[in-house]
Amino acid sequence: MSDPTSNPFSAVEPNSDLLSVVLRINGASHALQIDPRATLLDCLRDTLQLTGTKKGCDHGQCGACTVHINGRRRNACLALAAVHEGDEILTIEGVGTPDRLHPLQAAFVARDAYQCGYCTSGQIMSALALLQEPCGPGDDEVREYMSGNLCRCGAYANIVAAIQDVRGQS
Amino acid sequence: MQSFELLRAADPSAAIAAASRSATAQQGASVRFLAGGTTLVDLMKLGVEAPHLLVDINRLPLDGIGRAADGGLRIGATARNSDLAHDPIVKAEYAALSQAILSGASTQLRNAATTAGNLLQRTRCLYFRDTATPCNKREPGSGCSAIDGANRMLAILGTSEHCIASNPSDMAVAMLAYDAMVHIQGPQGERQVAIADFFLLPGDTPDRENVLQPGDLVTHVTLPPPEVGARAAYLKLRDRVSYEFALVSAAVSVTMAEGRMASVRFALGGVGTRPWRVPAAEASLIGQPPGEAAFRQAADLALAGARPQSQNGFKIELARRCLVHALNQVTR
Repeated sequence: MSDPTSNPFSAVEPNSDLLSVVLRINGASHALQIDPRATLLDCLRDTLQLTGTKKGCDHGQCGACTVHINGRRRNACLALAAVHEGDEILTIEGVGTPDRLHPLQAAFVARDAYQCGYCTSGQIMSALALLQEPCGPGDDEVREYMSGNLCRCGAYANIVAAIQDVRGQS
Repeated sequence: MQSFELLRAADPSAAIAAASRSATAQQGASVRFLAGGTTLVDLMKLGVEAPHLLVDINRLPLDGIGRAADGGLRIGATARNSDLAHDPIVKAEYAALSQAILSGASTQLRNAATTAGNLLQRTRCLYFRDTATPCNKREPGSGCSAIDGANRMLAILGTSEHCIASNPSDMAVAMLAYDAMVHIQGPQGERQVAIADFFLLPGDTPDRENVLQPGDLVTHVTLPPPEVGARAAYLKLRDRVSYEFALVSAAVSVTMAEGRMASVRFALGGVGTRPWRVPAAEASLIGQPPGEAAFRQAADLALAGARPQSQNGFKIELARRCLVHALNQVTR
């Protein structure tokens, strides 16, 4: 094994299982003491009380936990938090406010693109990323790009319509 | 999830030294490299994987994608699946690879998943993922629950009485058709293994899935120069139109000369315990004009020896038709 002192993961104190990390979330730095097992999802929700990011399946199958890491959408449930020290993390709390909705959020409201709302923050984080991705103009292409976000209420038709409104597509 | 120590390796040598302390690089490894985590973290939550040490290789300089010296392509081990699929060279010259990657998983997963991680992804067999049931791959000698269980998604080629788990990768199927080479750095130095030899058949040791030994780090994959004039495609048939594993799939690439097939490459996914390629089936088409009868005969050769389980007999005919359709697509 290499010189253990070269390991940038540092224990809170000798023999502690906890790691000292600084996470960058929505433009702010957070100094945290976390278990190496903590996923980014659990860290956001349980340590930082940023509960807009939802836990659906916890296995990378439903997309409810979608966040952006360095500008790209990822499943927060499969990301270990400590590994993402220094990365720029964006959650739904960093996208619009109740008084100043992001255009995507306004479009979801206008199109009634949800029923229970549990998947909605993940849908919006995916849709926000889609706006920068090489997604073709059609509804089918939007469906393909959004297939990693499940909606068990079945609001898919209105979700596609809301996204297309913001993209200026029919 | 079992506790583990987290290490960020300063360089590949440090990562290799740390991993070489594991008794195995296969099922039950006590040290694992962590890249995208889309397989490993999932399986650690399920208790299927329980390493004591995770070596984070995300910051190692292994993520490049670029032209190789011989005119082929060099793909870094930690290049993200999204970056590989959208790479201009891959889209233009290795179209079946781009299509294969984009047919798998979701954008979120492809943004995390890496080249080497995709090669090493584990089967989706229900029993492998469920620690409450016997599984020879997860726990050697415990038995195979799938042979008399839910086996609709599982393999019909390369199986044994001990394991019928299918390899779930799309990327590896295309890489097999393109004759990819897997480059490995280990405690004893560097070596390269043709992708056709990289994956092992389950036999009576289904816990051993590939040739990797303790400390072995896949550093990159290379593809030979593209064939001039080749037309290629990846056709994937599945239960849903998106975000689902293959029932069967085919990666095909064909070049034509004077109305006849001059070179033919294809590999099948979803049907084998490893990505499946039959050189004699490809060779049967050389020098022939494209046509349904010839394609059908090649498909019969490709599926020779297929052994259906109780629920997946449909895969034999589905795989034949998938291959014939894909060959038709690229020779029209």
